[in-house]
Amino acid sequence: MSTAIRDDYLEKLIESWKKEASPVHSVSYLDQLREDALDRIESLRLPTIRDEEWRFTDISSLRSMPFPRASAAPLPGLDKQAGTFLDETACRLVFVDGQYMSGLSSLADDGSITVCSLSELIGTRASIAERYFGQLADFQENVFVALNTALMHDGVCIVIPAGVSVKVPVHILYVTSRKDVAVYPRCLLIAEPGANVTVVEEYVTLYEGASLTNAVTEMYIRDSACVNHIRVQRESSQAFHIANGSVLVAQSAHYDSVSLALGARISRFDQKIILAGGNAECEVDGLALIAGRQLADTHTFIDHANPHCRSRQLHKCIVDESAHGVFSGKIMVRPHAQQTDARQLNRNLLLSDKARMDTKPQLEIFADDVKCAHGATVGQLDNESLFYLRSRGLTEVAARNLLTYAFGGEVINRVIVPSLKQRLEEYILARTRIG
Amino acid sequence: MINANSKVLLEVRDLHATVGGAEILKGVNLTVRSGEIHAIMGLNGSGKSTFAKVLAGHPSYEVTQGTVLFDGQDLSVLAPEERAQAGLFLAFQYPVEIPGVANDQFLRLAYNTVQGHRGKEELDPLEFDDFVREKMKLLKMNPDFLDRSVNEGFSGGEKKRNEILQMALLEPRLALLDETDSGLDIDALRIVANGVNQLSSKDNAMILVTHYQRLLDYIVPDYVHVMEAGRIIRTSGKELALALETHGYDWIHANDQATGAQP
Repeated sequence: MSTAIRDDYLEKLIESWKKEASPVHSVSYLDQLREDALDRIESLRLPTIRDEEWRFTDISSLRSMPFPRASAAPLPGLDKQAGTFLDETACRLVFVDGQYMSGLSSLADDGSITVCSLSELIGTRASIAERYFGQLADFQENVFVALNTALMHDGVCIVIPAGVSVKVPVHILYVTSRKDVAVYPRCLLIAEPGANVTVVEEYVTLYEGASLTNAVTEMYIRDSACVNHIRVQRESSQAFHIANGSVLVAQSAHYDSVSLALGARISRFDQKIILAGGNAECEVDGLALIAGRQLADTHTFIDHANPHCRSRQLHKCIVDESAHGVFSGKIMVRPHAQQTDARQLNRNLLLSDKARMDTKPQLEIFADDVKCAHGATVGQLDNESLFYLRSRGLTEVAARNLLTYAFGGEVINRVIVPSLKQRLEEYILARTRIG
Repeated sequence: MINANSKVLLEVRDLHATVGGAEILKGVNLTVRSGEIHAIMGLNGSGKSTFAKVLAGHPSYEVTQGTVLFDGQDLSVLAPEERAQAGLFLAFQYPVEIPGVANDQFLRLAYNTVQGHRGKEELDPLEFDDFVREKMKLLKMNPDFLDRSVNEGFSGGEKKRNEILQMALLEPRLALLDETDSGLDIDALRIVANGVNQLSSKDNAMILVTHYQRLLDYIVPDYVHVMEAGRIIRTSGKELALALETHGYDWIHANDQATGAQP
């Protein structure tokens, strides 16, 4: 491997990584992929606001934070922290500072699904990984995916066998336990034909302070399978959170996702969904609730690559104080994707004069027999609604907060895990202070 | 019911109000005592709905002249929520839909807020549920409306019933019913009117703002006022409404010319 890395920030990251001990476990296929990603990083650089896809999101401050990769510390008492674990789930995977914590995790023991950390991939499991890993999360043009692939400590691999319906949600908790470190969470999910599962991915930091999360999730939803994916990002208000999610939805398969951006100083979530088989469907919803000097950027790309597919998208941002919301949602309808039914709506609520929202909905349609609609609104709280509530005795503050809560509630209501939904409602109520 | 000795609840003197710089109310005078039911009638644009909104404190309207005393207190210094807490209630002509807020949550919040300000006991969700279901029977409302978002997807009649339900919960001393009859079929009108009548007592008062006489067949007013161009130009008993229904609003002016009366 040559040492001529162009970008000095990337160079620092790679240098500090090389000084570390080698990865815990060696898995031959992954080792090769890491090598390839490392090579690729040499010719990549951090994006800037001069790149079209990053023009609203300035990440130059990341350059002053060449955080070393975290090394895990034991976390006694994590399970006792309120609002960390979910009531419903018997299947939980906990990663602390990028490393799998078997002591904090509990796997389904009925053998209905295969859940393991990547470092445990051996035998047939390794061959599954070899077949799927890194196929969707392409690092050739994406420096963050390349960094994740090269530097990840460990990750989770979930396989739901054909026809199996998993009753309880699988909860994956990614914890950053300290500041001034970087973590590289990685998730690979394969829902075999006809399988059905709910997956909650949750990103938390335990300390107020700067840290970097660079996460990659890949999901393969095979024919007639159904995956409900809930993503909660509630890191510290000084954290950087960058994530790439790629999903392939095969014939007659269904993908539901709700993504919540609540924390982080700067967060960026790139979600790519390929409707790769006829009659595939997806519902892709999102909510960013930000204040202070937070920036939350969501980029989605829904690719109607086949006929008779259906997509629904509702993305909302609630932007208070000096925060900045960004939404870029592209829907691509390929030439032969006739009978496509796509609908996208982006609604944004600005709660202060200094709040800012940039939205860029895009439809690219190359087929002629399709139903596509998209819309975006940016507004403030409705004065008539405020007056209505005040005329019933609510103070102006209480009325504003209730309407704000209601605006976000439309997305929260799509969270199908009751205890998580309740926790999120409480979180939003606390943020909007009407309790 | 008229009782000259009962307490004056509302005293409006020479009220002028503007919206977006245009003067809509041009000197309204009105006195309402406890126990009374007043109807304010008039053509569209006469200022009757504006009058109701100004009394409730809608921030888009500016009072430029005159005074309004509610139970002896100057209303102009009170925010809309303080007026509600003091016992003023406006049933909206177009109740607002609030997706994402469950109706029972909203009703309980409003009820407890107003109760709290009156130094009365607040109700927890279970207690409130029993309480509100009892009130809903008065209006023959389906309890399913508690679980739905506030007014969202309600028909016109359901929205109006939900308004009167709020009135039943908040027990105002003065209720302003802004075109509560509009959009109601005859069955719904009867139910709503019956609910209002049951809520009427010697200790409260109501002002019905309406375009048509129809509502007044069911809620019988003590006084009927006709508003035109931002002023009350005629006040009489309930027979005035019937005359207006028969002859139309122009009749007032024809009638004035014939008698030489000044409007």
